[in-house]
Amino acid sequence: MKNKILEKRKLAYGVHEFWIENPIVSKNAKAGQFVIFRLYENGERIPLTISAVNKDSFRVIVKAIGKSTYELCRLNKGDFILDVVGPLGMPSEVKYYGNALVIGGGVGIAAITPIVKELIKEKNNVDVILGGRSKEYIILENEFKNANNLYIVTDDGSLGEKAYPHQFMEKMIQEKNYDIIWAIGPSKMMKACSEVAKKHDIKIWVSLNSIMVDGTGMCGGCRVRIGNKLKYTCVDGPEFDGRLVDWESFEKRLNQYRKEEKIALSKYLQEVGEPTWL
Amino acid sequence: MAVKQRLKTIERNPNERNKDFNEVNLGYTQELAIEEAKRCLQCPNPTCVQGCPVGIDIPGFIKKIAEKDFEGSYKVLKKYNSLPAICGRVCPQEIQCEGSCVLNKVGQPISIGALERFIADWAINNNIEEDIIPEKRINKKIAIIGAGPAGLTTASELSKAGFSVDMYEVFHDVGGVLIYGIPEFRLPKSIVKKEAQLLKKLGVNIFTNIPVGLAIHPKELLEKYDAIFIGVGAGTPKFMDIEGTELNGVYSANEFLTRINLMKAYKFPQSDTPVKIGEKIVVIGGGNTAMDAARSALRLGANVTIVYRRSENEMPARKEEIKHAKEEGVKFQTLTQPVRYIGDENGNLIGIECIKMELGEPDESGRRKPIPIPNSNFIIEASVAIEAIGTNPNKLLLSQFDGLELNKWGYIKADEFGRTSIEKVFAGGDIVTGSATVILAMGAGKKAASVIKQALY
Ligand SMILES: Cc1cc2nc3c(=O)[nH]c(=O)nc-3n(C[C@H](O)[C@H](O)[C@H](O)COP(=O)(O)OP(=O)(O)OC[C@H]3O[C@@H](n4cnc5c(N)ncnc54)[C@H](O)[C@@H]3O)c2cc1C
Ligand SMILES: Cc1cc2nc3c(=O)[nH]c(=O)nc-3n(C[C@H](O)[C@H](O)[C@H](O)COP(=O)(O)OP(=O)(O)OC[C@H]3O[C@@H](n4cnc5c(N)ncnc54)[C@H](O)[C@@H]3O)c2cc1C
Ligand code: SF4
Ligand code: SF4
Ligand code: FES
Repeated sequence: MKNKILEKRKLAYGVHEFWIENPIVSKNAKAGQFVIFRLYENGERIPLTISAVNKDSFRVIVKAIGKSTYELCRLNKGDFILDVVGPLGMPSEVKYYGNALVIGGGVGIAAITPIVKELIKEKNNVDVILGGRSKEYIILENEFKNANNLYIVTDDGSLGEKAYPHQFMEKMIQEKNYDIIWAIGPSKMMKACSEVAKKHDIKIWVSLNSIMVDGTGMCGGCRVRIGNKLKYTCVDGPEFDGRLVDWESFEKRLNQYRKEEKIALSKYLQEVGEPTWL
Repeated sequence: MAVKQRLKTIERNPNERNKDFNEVNLGYTQELAIEEAKRCLQCPNPTCVQGCPVGIDIPGFIKKIAEKDFEGSYKVLKKYNSLPAICGRVCPQEIQCEGSCVLNKVGQPISIGALERFIADWAINNNIEEDIIPEKRINKKIAIIGAGPAGLTTASELSKAGFSVDMYEVFHDVGGVLIYGIPEFRLPKSIVKKEAQLLKKLGVNIFTNIPVGLAIHPKELLEKYDAIFIGVGAGTPKFMDIEGTELNGVYSANEFLTRINLMKAYKFPQSDTPVKIGEKIVVIGGGNTAMDAARSALRLGANVTIVYRRSENEMPARKEEIKHAKEEGVKFQTLTQPVRYIGDENGNLIGIECIKMELGEPDESGRRKPIPIPNSNFIIEASVAIEAIGTNPNKLLLSQFDGLELNKWGYIKADEFGRTSIEKVFAGGDIVTGSATVILAMGAGKKAASVIKQALY
């Protein structure tokens, strides 16, 4: 298992696409599942959603936000990833629902690509909303050509409508009946979309990016409260009904290591200088 | 009859060792080992052997130590136990071999564990290796799932018997709890590494980073292999699930220990994985895992208290570990049960509300049942709480294994030899018994290997 980087492409500032050779992952991966990378001895374990597969390789799209993802984005075609574990997590519950609305925000767009593809295969009518801070962050737009409708919204209006995804979603729900919704992106977006879905009483799947260690159900660090039950994101999820997620504690847990993350990144930047590769 | 006192092993000074992760117990010198070995009565009907789950010829290997034939002693040991350097260190000897030694009646038992460790270490230091060429090659393929003590033992036994063995492990390293749970200061990881190297030499194919169930479906394994051994451990931590369990700073012992042991968080920021320490850490529970978590936390500079709902007498941890923890400075607050975690506005733990307990009548476990004393609530300040209250079966594989029968606690149903409800599929270790011991897991692996051999030879 060599985990060679076959292709690498910059999609936006700090957002990079990687194709990694690993037949075990590519052969078994289903929509909604993820992998965990470790770049070197003493490196952290980094969970990443599997965004596509092709023969012996699979794709991840990485947003650089801290030391480990900065380092990952610095790797190039021909380099190797020390450890790749996967696929992990439960696959998305893809089946025939009827009308489906799928919302992707930021790098969350990478996560919805396989779900949209599968939903279409199951003969659903799929409408897609892509959201981003600005034009630059709307990625992979041409991978949604087979959707019934594709809408784009940006926070600053530089592409598509100027709106937040949940605002646009509200508008669409008023115009059309949806049987199922997926929303994957920053937690603020997933939370807002879940509130809208709850109001309209429609089931909504969100994919939680809890802080993980093993990803195998062994540590309990990724626990979230789902409708009063403790669940482990890595083995019970990562997708849950957004209407039942305890968003407040989920978001607080994401900030657990803020202080340590800052230390790690500034130490790294002192060592390597300007991250010109981002 | 005057019986000599058992000879003590060399232990590092508590105030020195509680600041680093180096091994606490340095074992015997050659002279001490020989002296201690000479104390053994060489009983014709050795009761100690009955206390050892793998039935090591204890008088046999001890006799060779007394005769200074260390290599001969090692050969005796290895016939019964493929991981003596590990068992000598972590077996609960006081309730097993040493607990059954006849000398208990008149004085102190032989230090069997320390002698076993002495010989194993001696063999490692002198590069003594057993003859590892199997008598014949057998054209049958075995899959081992999980590389903890159960899987490692089964793999080694079957490989020595000439089978072709593929071992699958989801982590990046082999060893199971030996590498992510039991801390370095009790069991140096270099010893586990050594055992892994030996397996590779034996010709076992080790595939790490493979979550069996998701990356390889059990059906595929059943098609590809002549027998499958499951040794995936107990693995999933329980939480008390009291108010505030989501707060930052609340850990399971598994997470806390994994961050430190496997991910080397004690070296942060030289290593990338962080762990919260803060000034005051409370560890909840009274087992070995609680002691390991408490002693690890202490080494990272915290002020550590163990909170346990019964009294010290009922603690399931080894007496020696309780003693070590106390010597090093861990405080004990017994007859105390947490009822609620208290957090600040950022979701960080700041305190634990507890209630005092008293002991009532014995319960199913035979231990006196703790009963809360009404209105005795009080608050302990803490920025980190570590729950060490037990585990449940890990479902990662089991949820994918159609037709595999489980018992009422969700562990795999298997007979004494590890036979499960599916032909060709065997299981052993914590995933069958629930959380137990290293030597029991190894014993289970050995038994399963013996029936697999019988079935496939
Ligand atoms: C199931 C899952 C799928 C994910 N998919 C993607 C993806 O497709 N693309 C992508 O860019 N990111 C994805 N993430 C998030 C990604 O794992 C984190 O951004 C990354 O681990 C951050 O590491 P860092 O050192 O760069 O940042 P840090 O400075 O360590 O942390 C920055 C932020 O990342 C989060 N984080 C830190 N450590 C972890 C960890 N071990 N596990 C999870 N989150 C952590 C923290 O909440 C923190 O706010 C996913 C996370 C999960 C759990
Ligand atoms: C902190 C702590 C301290 C302990 N101290 C002692 C002690 O002092 N003495 C003692 O005798 N016992 C001790 N124990 C108990 C002892 O470690 C266990 O009983 C023993 O390790 C069980 O062995 P096992 O092989 O059954 O499982 P494990 O050691 O749990 O190994 C199982 C392995 O399977 C892997 N795995 C799980 N699922 C999959 C999958 N789907 N695919 C691939 N791989 C998988 C896991 O990653 C793991 O490596 C302690 C336990 C803990 C947690
Ligand atoms: S394996 Fe464990 S129980 Fe058996 S003799 Fe050795 S230390 Fe004692
Ligand atoms: S019971 Fe004790 S004295 Fe007798 S053989 Fe065993 S170790 Fe030696
Ligand atoms: S990451 Fe450890 S249990 Fe989910």
